[in-house]
Amino acid sequence: MTGYTSLEQQAKHRQLGLSDGQAIDMYRTMLLARKLDERSMLLQRAGKINFHISGIGQETAQVGAAFALQPGVDYLLPYYRDYAMVLAFGMTPRELMLSAFAKAEDPNSGGRQMPGHFGHKRLKIVTGSSPVTTQVPHAAGFALAARMTGQKFVSFVTFGEGSSNQGDFHEGINFAAVQRLPAIFMCENNQYAISVPYHKQVGTANIADRAIGYGIAGVRVDGTDALEVYRVVKEARERAIRGEGPTLIEAVMYRLTPHSTSDNDLVYRTREEVEYHRSRDGLPRFRQYLIDCGIWSEEQDAKLAEEIAAIVKDAIDYADKAPYPAPEDALKHVYAEEESTWRS
Amino acid sequence: MAVMTYIQAITSAMRDEMERDERVFVLGEDVGVKGGVFGATKGLQERFGELRVLDTPLAESAIAGVAIGAAMYGLRPIAEMQYADFMLPATNQIISEAAKIRYRSNNDWNCPVVIRAPFGGGIFGGLYHSQCPESVFFGTPGLKIVAPATPYDAKGLLKAAIRDEDPVIYFEHKKCYQMIEGEVPEDDYIVPIGKADVKREGSDITVITYGLTLHFALQAAEELSSEQGIEAHVLDLRTIQPLDREAILAAAARTGKVLIIHEDNKTGGVGGEVAAIIAEELLYDLDAPIRRLCGYDVPAMPISPTLEKFYMLNKDKVKTAMRELALY
Ligand SMILES: Cc1ncc(C[n+]2csc(CCOP(=O)(O)OP(=O)(O)O)c2C)c(N)n1
Ligand SMILES: [Mg+2]
Repeated sequence: MTGYTSLEQQAKHRQLGLSDGQAIDMYRTMLLARKLDERSMLLQRAGKINFHISGIGQETAQVGAAFALQPGVDYLLPYYRDYAMVLAFGMTPRELMLSAFAKAEDPNSGGRQMPGHFGHKRLKIVTGSSPVTTQVPHAAGFALAARMTGQKFVSFVTFGEGSSNQGDFHEGINFAAVQRLPAIFMCENNQYAISVPYHKQVGTANIADRAIGYGIAGVRVDGTDALEVYRVVKEARERAIRGEGPTLIEAVMYRLTPHSTSDNDLVYRTREEVEYHRSRDGLPRFRQYLIDCGIWSEEQDAKLAEEIAAIVKDAIDYADKAPYPAPEDALKHVYAEEESTWRS
Repeated sequence: MAVMTYIQAITSAMRDEMERDERVFVLGEDVGVKGGVFGATKGLQERFGELRVLDTPLAESAIAGVAIGAAMYGLRPIAEMQYADFMLPATNQIISEAAKIRYRSNNDWNCPVVIRAPFGGGIFGGLYHSQCPESVFFGTPGLKIVAPATPYDAKGLLKAAIRDEDPVIYFEHKKCYQMIEGEVPEDDYIVPIGKADVKREGSDITVITYGLTLHFALQAAEELSSEQGIEAHVLDLRTIQPLDREAILAAAARTGKVLIIHEDNKTGGVGGEVAAIIAEELLYDLDAPIRRLCGYDVPAMPISPTLEKFYMLNKDKVKTAMRELALY
């Protein structure tokens, strides 16, 4: 990454059509996600929130992908680690913390769902659930709607590599492939499904190879390289909009944290393995890239860190003080009518 | 008024709604050129094109899941399950997704999908082309479930289901398709979801049922009336979720003797809930214990004629149960 020459016109992000401002914005988004994530783990340990599931180590891929999409136009069907992606699509730190604290004002679910279960209609972030991979056929459904209404948008859906073994992965991608729908399927391959490593989950060497079986484009990319992910998602989006059908992208990375705050990962992997991958963390590498390009400095970085610390603190304070849902709100929104025909 | 069969009523409901609203479309296995294995979508692809009458890959979870995605976008998909027996691969999509989308998003998203599923036996379908799987979905809040028995209700309920803002499972009885004819208005109308219907007035016993067994009850009621002067009050639930409690209680109070009938097996069936509603509110007004006449608690209906006949309810079995209750 640092091998790129500092000659401005050759900076990789510019070759890809990203302005300096956009590249810095990408960095800002991944750092914000990282800091919110780290604080959420501490909040859980301090007993302030019940649960956290982390996206640390995956922010580069998430930001690279989100910046290649068109927020406000494209539909995002994220999975539970995609904090950086939903931030890039317009969700605010306060909104994420409202969800972590399960407060009434949480736009994702009004405090009904676990954190990491995103949804925000105005931002075109489609509501998700816990059973993995059910969102994949939904993405095909959104892409089918694009086809039927003649609208120029794509649906973009993510999931883990373990989850790519579910039937809905196959059924959803095959459906989109048959109809050549404008959908992009991105696997965030972080090497583990809770405790089970890749080689005990999947028979093929690569998730991307599965695309061959569907007759669609399959692309494997270094998920710790934000600009490479940006490039392949952008190309996939262009193909989709041109009517050339879906793409399966495998972004290869590593889950730097335990599966969730309920997991002890040292039962099934070594500290050394984790440390090795931490040394390859894409986030500091991206910062260094910006510095090498001459568009970022240590001073600016220190200032950004302060700014983000203030944003995170504000989000936590806000969410901590926000009211919980009224208990009887548990009865609301089973069906459309407020005076629901459903009886308790 | 036009006289049409039950299946024609279903087709005409879809055609009307697709004419009225371009967001409505049908997807499923063999629904296109062939018009469905039972013919429910016959002529629709010719009229509305391949995209709005979409032949899908043979994959029920995708049929439901893609429909759910399109419904969240704002379209009005009608997902056809070729047989209700084969909707089980889509159960996760229906129960974990469709049913919970409004609730889990705190009313931000909703899922106006219709899932049509031909159910029921008596057609020599064997174990896997005869089932009544409504109890799998019954008791899942967020879903509405309807099961019409007449062409009028079939058309009106399907239109209501398509216009509904929430997911509706529409169980259509295969044996009714050609066998049941009735009058259907030419004009636009709907049958509201959640409203049961008194199909026959009577003062001696109350029968509560839905689907094919309604017709057995009505035939038996006529015979009992002319032969023995027993007058049955027959309530057709039409919607099995949410149940029309008021109508159930009113029908039970009418005679104080209640027989609940359904083709689905007894244990865990809809009838148990109907009985509980009556017991909760009206126990001391009853003149006889609540009775249920249902399918046997075996895994599914076998194909051999003797076995199928033994399993299936019919007019005579229903008549016997009704007479016994009247004489109690
Ligand atoms: C259908 C289903 N089965 C099991 C689970 C429990 N579970 C949650 S996450 C997870 C592992 C997922 O691994 P992967 O797809 O690789 O994603 P990652 O968590 O590694 O990002 C499991 C087994 C679930 N949520 N859904
Ligand atoms: Mg994984």
